[in-house]
Amino acid sequence: MNPRGRTALSPLPLVIGAAVAALTLIPFGYVLVATVDMGLTQLLELLLRPRVGELLSNTVLLLLGTVALSLVLGVGGALAVVRTDVPFPLVWHALLSAPLAIPAFVNSYGWVSLTHAVQSYPGAVLVVSLSYYPLVYLPVVASLSVLDAASEEVAWSLGRSRVRTVATVVLPRIAPAVLGGALLVALHVLAEFGALQLLAFQTFTTAIYGQYRSAFASEGGTVLAGVLVTACVLLLTLELLARGRRRWARVGSGTGRPAEPVRLGRARLPVVLVLVGVVALTLGVPLYALGRWLVLGSSTEFVTSELASAFGSTLGLAAGGALLTTLLALAPAWLAVRRRGMLAVLLERATYTANALPGIVVALALVWVTIRVVPSIYQTLPVLLAAYAILFLPRAVVSVRSSLEHAPVVLEEISHSLGQSSWNTFRRVTVPLVAPGLGAGAALTFLAISTELTATLILAPTGTSTLATEFWSDSSAVRYGAAAPYALLLILVSLPATWLLARQAQPRESS
Amino acid sequence: MHALRWLMLTATLAAFSMLGACSGDDGPKVVVYNAQHEELISVVAEAFTEETGIKVELRNGSDLELANQIVTEGDASPADVFLTENSPAMAFVGSRDLLAPLGATTLENIPARFRAADDHWTGFAARSTVLAYNTDQVSTEELPDSLMELAEPQWRDRISFSPTGADFQAIVAAVLDLEGEEATREWLEGIKANGTVYDGNNVVLESVNSGQSDAGVIYHYYWYRDQEESGVNSDNTALHYFEAGDPGAFLSLSGAALLANGDNPEQAQEFLDYLTGTEGQQVIADSYALEFPLNPAVQLDRAGVPALSELSPPEVDSADLDSETVIRLMTDVGFL
Repeated sequence: MNPRGRTALSPLPLVIGAAVAALTLIPFGYVLVATVDMGLTQLLELLLRPRVGELLSNTVLLLLGTVALSLVLGVGGALAVVRTDVPFPLVWHALLSAPLAIPAFVNSYGWVSLTHAVQSYPGAVLVVSLSYYPLVYLPVVASLSVLDAASEEVAWSLGRSRVRTVATVVLPRIAPAVLGGALLVALHVLAEFGALQLLAFQTFTTAIYGQYRSAFASEGGTVLAGVLVTACVLLLTLELLARGRRRWARVGSGTGRPAEPVRLGRARLPVVLVLVGVVALTLGVPLYALGRWLVLGSSTEFVTSELASAFGSTLGLAAGGALLTTLLALAPAWLAVRRRGMLAVLLERATYTANALPGIVVALALVWVTIRVVPSIYQTLPVLLAAYAILFLPRAVVSVRSSLEHAPVVLEEISHSLGQSSWNTFRRVTVPLVAPGLGAGAALTFLAISTELTATLILAPTGTSTLATEFWSDSSAVRYGAAAPYALLLILVSLPATWLLARQAQPRESS
Repeated sequence: MHALRWLMLTATLAAFSMLGACSGDDGPKVVVYNAQHEELISVVAEAFTEETGIKVELRNGSDLELANQIVTEGDASPADVFLTENSPAMAFVGSRDLLAPLGATTLENIPARFRAADDHWTGFAARSTVLAYNTDQVSTEELPDSLMELAEPQWRDRISFSPTGADFQAIVAAVLDLEGEEATREWLEGIKANGTVYDGNNVVLESVNSGQSDAGVIYHYYWYRDQEESGVNSDNTALHYFEAGDPGAFLSLSGAALLANGDNPEQAQEFLDYLTGTEGQQVIADSYALEFPLNPAVQLDRAGVPALSELSPPEVDSADLDSETVIRLMTDVGFL
């Protein structure tokens, strides 16, 4: 037994965390080297021109709009489902979570095929928010559901009004969930390509693809990617400042009692109507469009073997990638919550930088590194899985971190004081405590990988086809009918992960 | 412990997917980096394998991805053959000295005007630039003789095109070659003021069909394919070919080349011989692709589609298009 108890900090988590951070910083290094190679004059020439200003304002406006609308939909939906007496809360919960199963580019195509009005700024904000608001909704529902009513009742009994109680007691407590969700939405929007391309709304990411597509301009793409990384670092800093240093863990938080639902009274019908409207927009529109292609396209040929093979490799890649990513997320998340030092914060934040980069930059960075350092593993499964981990680690880190934040450190300390080694404590106390976060992280990563396109095309073993690559291949060849079954399978393959996420966040059944 | 069970399940699935990926074999093969439409080349590859017993490993992507990938890979590239949709991506790879000279059979199969002068790559299929117009919104008298007219004020807010794709950049390269740098810059500024930018020819076609734009610049096959598919994105539109020799009558070449450092040079040459020979070209002509085969012995014989010999493209050397200036101009004007 270690007489000094917890003060003897094992260096192992720090070493693992540093290794994970190093992996995720590869694309950053690639962008940096390419930018330095270019020289200052050409760099300034590429950066200081009206087009970059236009892209910057487009990207920032889109970011603000989607984060705001996602917060309204996500927090509003969560309050309605968890804190009011709206009928059938569990049905609404399932319906409000379901858009996660519909890839953003499928949703966009559905909208565009219905009306061209969405090919505009308000349209882009609307469609992208409809795809991503569940990233706010789910964590907020989860944190509202476990909130003990006692704190609020104390506030009332001391004479605070209901509204002020929500503002001063409830909101601060769900703030980490709201902020984490908002950060995820923002990072998704920064890196979003397919949906915005269909919506004809140009951002840095769509412009980077345009640059790489212009054979001689790939340096330009890399420089724009540098701007994107900078934007991402800014976001991360903002979120960190907003998060503050408060702690939210409680021993025995499981025994809390849910708050009394607000009686809607005459507002009940309008609330239900709004919910119906949201569901019609998020699920009705894309599913209607998909049905229309299936009926209309003459190239709708169900080649079962091709569909099955694409389905199988999507499932395998997404599962393998999700597993690896979630495991890698453990160390940075643990450091961020338990060590809270400057170094730990830097390591955790480092894992986010690649998330805002388009897949093509991450993929080319890995091509560049593997072919020079370890050519024997080029275009093999491990490299592709590493690319997925680099791209999607933040989704897992955010989930694992938020469960760790609610897991009291005192339980780990007790385990230490009872003579358990660090490893045993981690295995027998920490992992079970964060199991829900691990599941949520794996599910979010699974969803992201199943729709990933560019890194898969560039890094997968030759001959691999996934549902997403086949969908794009068909829809860009104007074979919408042939693309439809792949879109349908993409939704199917996403359902279990969506179900898992929805179930974890599930509000308690009101009695 | 739902989460842990979920993790176990994913682990099992991952293990299975690894097993599936490891099944290798050692027969003769050729690795093809394919930026042409996957549906087309996979049909050609199957026919080739049936004929020769050589397995084709296809890596599919777009011009942009694969050209950048080959250049990033450099001499270590596993690719034996590179196929593009348009010539600029091929010229880019060629400029880095990564291509090998083509064999005699391939050179004989394709007329010299569809090949690079240094014999380092050849066209194997071609597409013609066209103007798709909404038949309710554009009268036939209004149709322009020249692509250059689209920059004029009468087309303000009426046209659309897809400038970020390799497709459109090949067209701009033809304009540059025929009209010179100043005229090209003015033309680009004009169409930027007049038009809406979409990403992808199919989106342009769809926007014309739905009346968002009156007319759009695309390649011919997008329209014919949609007509054969269902017409859902083209029934309200018609095609207009620009006059003979106009930059708008430009014929863009899909290119094929051998990589200098490929591991299977003989099989690669055999694949190109097949692709440009009568059998491979016939497969292209019979496919859904509706692009023009370039071997004179094979014709695209489809209802409504003009024969290659009926088109009068401008005299442009596809291998010599100045992509670098195109990119600079398009960057200056603010398309990129």
